[in-house]
Amino acid sequence: MATNPMHQFNVYRIGPEIKIGEIDISFTNASLFMVVSSLAILILFNLGTKKNSLIPNKLQLIAELSYSFVSKMINDTAGSKAKPYFSFIFSIFMFVLFCNMFGMIPYSFTVTSHIIVTFMLAAFIFIGVTIIGFIKHGLGYLKLFVPSGVPMVLLPLIVVIEIISYLSRPISLSVRLFANMMAGHTMMKVFGGFVISLGIVGGWLPLSFSVALTGLEILVAFLQAYVFAILTCIYLNDALNLHH
Amino acid sequence: MPKKNTLYLTLFSFLYYGKALASDEGMPQLNPEFWISQIFWLTLIFGSLYVLLSKLILPKISNNLEARKSQIAENIEFAEKQRKESDQKLKDYEKIINDAKIEAKNIFKQAREKILRDINNKKESLEKEIDNEVSKAEKEILDLKKKSPDKINKIAIEASSDLVKQIIGAEVNNSNISAIVEDISKKNEGKYYGN
Repeated sequence: MATNPMHQFNVYRIGPEIKIGEIDISFTNASLFMVVSSLAILILFNLGTKKNSLIPNKLQLIAELSYSFVSKMINDTAGSKAKPYFSFIFSIFMFVLFCNMFGMIPYSFTVTSHIIVTFMLAAFIFIGVTIIGFIKHGLGYLKLFVPSGVPMVLLPLIVVIEIISYLSRPISLSVRLFANMMAGHTMMKVFGGFVISLGIVGGWLPLSFSVALTGLEILVAFLQAYVFAILTCIYLNDALNLHH
Repeated sequence: MPKKNTLYLTLFSFLYYGKALASDEGMPQLNPEFWISQIFWLTLIFGSLYVLLSKLILPKISNNLEARKSQIAENIEFAEKQRKESDQKLKDYEKIINDAKIEAKNIFKQAREKILRDINNKKESLEKEIDNEVSKAEKEILDLKKKSPDKINKIAIEASSDLVKQIIGAEVNNSNISAIVEDISKKNEGKYYGN
């Protein structure tokens, strides 16, 4: 049913069914758009670094500006200790950004509108950050849950809240991205449906909404990728520089 | 956040809507059919993206940025060096100009002194010459002065003897006349050669 606004999020198999034992790992449209996004990133950056000239051309400028943008973001939020994780955060930012942006093309598929994808990314970040924290500070990393300057009476409550907030990080990180993507795309589809149902007479209003929403969604696509990356940096900062 | 409200509204309405149409499941995201597949492909694709970016592409960008940074720093350093050099050269130039001015002044002064000395020398020698000439002339005049009374006496004796001869027609003894003349000239010496 093509008029169902949720139809765009359907995942279907492309090509043959691939199974390892009982597990289905078939190539799907979601996989296809992951490949497309990754290839786009690789092609763009490969072309941007092909002729590494002193005075950059346009593509090189794009590559260098993205590099400095992410580099500055990491340095501002997590300090110089986070330098070894630059490649990972850069990859996360670019991957999410390109998946979001490719989702804006009509009839395409938005990889990041699936909770399982965003949750996997967030869970990986969460586990990775926790491991880094314990490696850097040992059991002292648990001090993260005990903020300084809190009255002893409130401490048990605060510790519980801190632990819950820490554990809910992967959920909030993944749901934020997934919900933003899904909501935006659903709304656009709904307004698109209104254009059809109201016809040539009344369809102009939802059409203009649709146009405005497209602009907004492109902004959101960038913003959510940025938020995802900067929250990763903030979590990493907690693990690297234990402030509490 | 109005956006979240809209999200829930659309979500619920279309969960209901989808069920009412009984065609698609409510949220494809919650259908676990392809979860494993998505996780598998995400790991594979994102993993390879990470490896390719971190091993191949990002080092190139960072190298290039570093190279540019160091090039700029080098250029600035070079420019600074050039500036210092030019400052030094300017100082040298000023010094040379000053030295030249002082030298020119010295040469001028020396030349002036030399000329003055020459003029003085010449003046002195000229004055000496003039003095010589003057003293010579004075001496000559003095000689003349000394010699002239004798000559005049002689002339006066001869003239007087001739005159006496003419007037009285008789020879007069020259020695008489000369005694008289000498007597008169001695008497009137102050009057004749009065100085």
